Amino acid sequence: MFNRRHFLQGSALMGLSSLLPASLLPAWARSASDGNTGLAPTTATEFNLSVGRFPVRIDGRAGEAVGVNGTLPAPLIRFREGDEITLNVTNTLDEDTSIHWHGLLVPFQMDGVPGVTFPGIRPGETFTYKYAVPQSGTYWYHSHSGLQEQEGVYGPLIIDPHHHDPVSYDREYVLVLSDWSFESPYRIFAKLKKMSDAYNFQQRTMGDFLKDAQERGLGTAWDERAMWGQMRMSPRDIADVTGATYHYLINGHATADNWNGVFQPGERVRLRIINASAMTIFNVRLPGLPMTIVAADGLNVQPLEVDEFQMGVAETYDVIIEPKDDRAYAFVAESIDRSGQAVATFGPRPGMRAEAPALRAVPTLTMKDMGMDHGSMDHGAMGHGNMDMSGKEMGDMDHSMMDHSKMDHAAMGHDMSEMDMTGHEGHDMGGMEMDHSAHGMTEDASWPVEKKDIKRGPGVANVAMMPMSRLDEPGIGLENVGHRVMRYSQLRSLDRNPDLRPPGREMEIHLTSNMERYMWSFDGVKFSEVTEPIIFHEGERLRVTLINNTMMPHPIHLHGMFFDLVNGGGDHKPRKHTVIVKPGEKLSFDVSADHVGDWAFHCHLLYHMHAGMMQVVSVLPSTDKKPMDHEHMDHEMMDHDMPMEHEMPMDHDMMDHSAMGHDKHGEMK
Amino acid sequence: MHRTLFSAFAALAIATGASAQTHDQHGDASGDKPWSQADAYFDPAEMDAARAHAQGHSGDTPFAMVRFDRLEAQSSDGETVGVWDADAWYGGDINKVWLKTEGEYSFEENDLEEAEVQLLWSRAISRYFDLQTGVRYDFEPDGLAHAVLGVQGLAPYWFEVDGAAFLSEEGDLTASFEAEYELLLTNRLILQPRLAAGFSAQDIPERELGSGLTNLQAGLRLRYEFVREFAPYIGVEHSASFGRTADLIEAAGGEADETRFVIGIRTWY
Repeated sequence: MFNRRHFLQGSALMGLSSLLPASLLPAWARSASDGNTGLAPTTATEFNLSVGRFPVRIDGRAGEAVGVNGTLPAPLIRFREGDEITLNVTNTLDEDTSIHWHGLLVPFQMDGVPGVTFPGIRPGETFTYKYAVPQSGTYWYHSHSGLQEQEGVYGPLIIDPHHHDPVSYDREYVLVLSDWSFESPYRIFAKLKKMSDAYNFQQRTMGDFLKDAQERGLGTAWDERAMWGQMRMSPRDIADVTGATYHYLINGHATADNWNGVFQPGERVRLRIINASAMTIFNVRLPGLPMTIVAADGLNVQPLEVDEFQMGVAETYDVIIEPKDDRAYAFVAESIDRSGQAVATFGPRPGMRAEAPALRAVPTLTMKDMGMDHGSMDHGAMGHGNMDMSGKEMGDMDHSMMDHSKMDHAAMGHDMSEMDMTGHEGHDMGGMEMDHSAHGMTEDASWPVEKKDIKRGPGVANVAMMPMSRLDEPGIGLENVGHRVMRYSQLRSLDRNPDLRPPGREMEIHLTSNMERYMWSFDGVKFSEVTEPIIFHEGERLRVTLINNTMMPHPIHLHGMFFDLVNGGGDHKPRKHTVIVKPGEKLSFDVSADHVGDWAFHCHLLYHMHAGMMQVVSVLPSTDKKPMDHEHMDHEMMDHDMPMEHEMPMDHDMMDHSAMGHDKHGEMK
Repeated sequence: MHRTLFSAFAALAIATGASAQTHDQHGDASGDKPWSQADAYFDPAEMDAARAHAQGHSGDTPFAMVRFDRLEAQSSDGETVGVWDADAWYGGDINKVWLKTEGEYSFEENDLEEAEVQLLWSRAISRYFDLQTGVRYDFEPDGLAHAVLGVQGLAPYWFEVDGAAFLSEEGDLTASFEAEYELLLTNRLILQPRLAAGFSAQDIPERELGSGLTNLQAGLRLRYEFVREFAPYIGVEHSASFGRTADLIEAAGGEADETRFVIGIRTWY
């Protein structure tokens, strides 16, 4: 393949504008000034992708990427819902590679996770993926091998609905957000292992302390510092890898490159936003221009107008903007820790540059992020029936540090009958866990709940004492920004949820870490130590409850199935493939185990996954194999407003994943 | 008797190391595959290899680090000595091999005055602490071997601490304790107080050590981290000797108390 980036390298004599990467990117990733006035709705059924190493120019500097077909981001893959797609992926690297289709309901052996769903693609080999998926929307694809995702193996994927699209628009763009470093990702990971705060240049300093002491009094400032210090945790531990090494990109463009898109005032413009970062949770906004969220993780949601939203790694959001004025608007993707941002422009004419807003103040975590917010909780409303204080390792948490005066114990209605205070010494209650299922939006569990013991040890620094629902919060740093920020609790699926059965059981999974040692895991067990997967049984409906015992938000991704986020949405819960679990948060999703296979389940922060925050969900075929519920399968991902199953020219066998699985699709060439 | 004690100590160190090492090899020996549904579509042997690779690379990758915590010149009354305090480790999250070395070089006399090397096996025993055990060899002032048992880690309030007991082949028991703290004046300008203390269980006249607290070093270093991996610093260090140790030093014509100015670099890779 002709390498256009390479050609660029030696072209010092070219004009400045042609030195920008934009002019040499695929059409969808270019700026309006380079001819991109919106996506062409061109679909195909066969795609040839070549993963290789090539030079790139990022933010004005030369580097080397690993990517697809010589571009960063990778080419746009666009096809129609239900079409049988062939993707030939050739590996020109000297190491294994893979492509995972993020959010697509493919047969599991097409899912592209080495060691879980297939062996990977060896150097020099071509692997052919073939699948048809019963879904439409905005998705993406990326390597699941090593740290290639950080090096550039990511691209957008759009599936056009087979029939009517409930979202109307005059023009559309895809915006791939990413983080780029000129350091090798293996070096980044090694540095984190040696010094976990190596990239954090936003710790609180003496100056902050003095300012704090002046504003809040020396005693308060001192006590607050002492509390964090005593626990050896940092309230500025928000992003592991930061603007200290990252260049934040929109469609491969840094702020200086000014990716720009055009609109005609009054148009409805659909932005398909994909967070393809390795490690960066972004705050997305267009100052002065509201956005209407119309899809989340590919699936349509009831239109929700907001001014900003926080976007986890691997999430996708489709928004409609309707700029009315003849002026340039900034599109801002700001890193959650405010250490950097990428700014693009939407304007009525190509080449306009909107003024980039200043980075906002660095957020500081609170005790709530440790799952310990005693002050603001309504204890009276909680069911404390299942308090478990049994001889857990003391967590070095001293209750004397906390403000008990605000706790109204008398009003708490504790059911002490089940409290086991064995090994409970004095005020140290590090391992205390409370069942908050009655709190917030979750319903009372009338099904069995499987609580696994966390494997305590050097890998688990903290166990959240009071994890709580935080779905009604906008996310770290966006609590008081003075405008409307999306909260997960607001999302409602446009379609009625396809499976309304109550869960037959519930399992709790703890997100665990030791930031100091840079160890990340589920239930205290790293992926390298996993000896048995999480078992789902085909056909069952179950609830998964995630409890974040770490100080960081984690975008948790389940392959192969959408889950219904239990957010108070009744039969219109948002269906997602990735959900941010905030620090100290406990949230639940309900999932139907329809797709037999082994599916990866992991934190989508790349280095967390690489450190061990990963598991496998095995959906085991039911032994008394009941006939496949075709009605159910077909309906699952489709637009329920339109009873279309009989008019669809779609092969039912193609939709039946269990049948599909037995065709020999995964041939090596 | 001392010899026996030393050997027993060393044997214990090695034995605990060896047993923990075997504990650390998880999973692969159990035989049962944790998941294997893809074996129906792909060569099971290839899947096994890919599974082992994927799991191994998600949580079980070893790393190596080399660090000069202090590489400095100390001067007092026109006399300058070079001091190093460096370490290196290799290993995973739980088990590591550590190499630690410290020493002092006199520029006046062009002579290595003190030089010790420790080779330790280190095991994470709690969230913030590692147990370390192994051997220490002092090349200078005399060739003397010790068995080492220590604990290193991060204490509450962010104190980095390292304490160890040393049993020499002569049967002498000594101990050291070190604590460092980092005060962030800015995110790159960092003031580091450091305290080091030495103890001896008995008089060791040939090493100018008396029983009890032998000496204290209190230092204050101000560094600037141009990048995290490289920071030059300046500082001051006061050292004081106590009791019999002070007597022995003074009897030999040395100074029991001394303040030195330091300039150096801190670097790691």
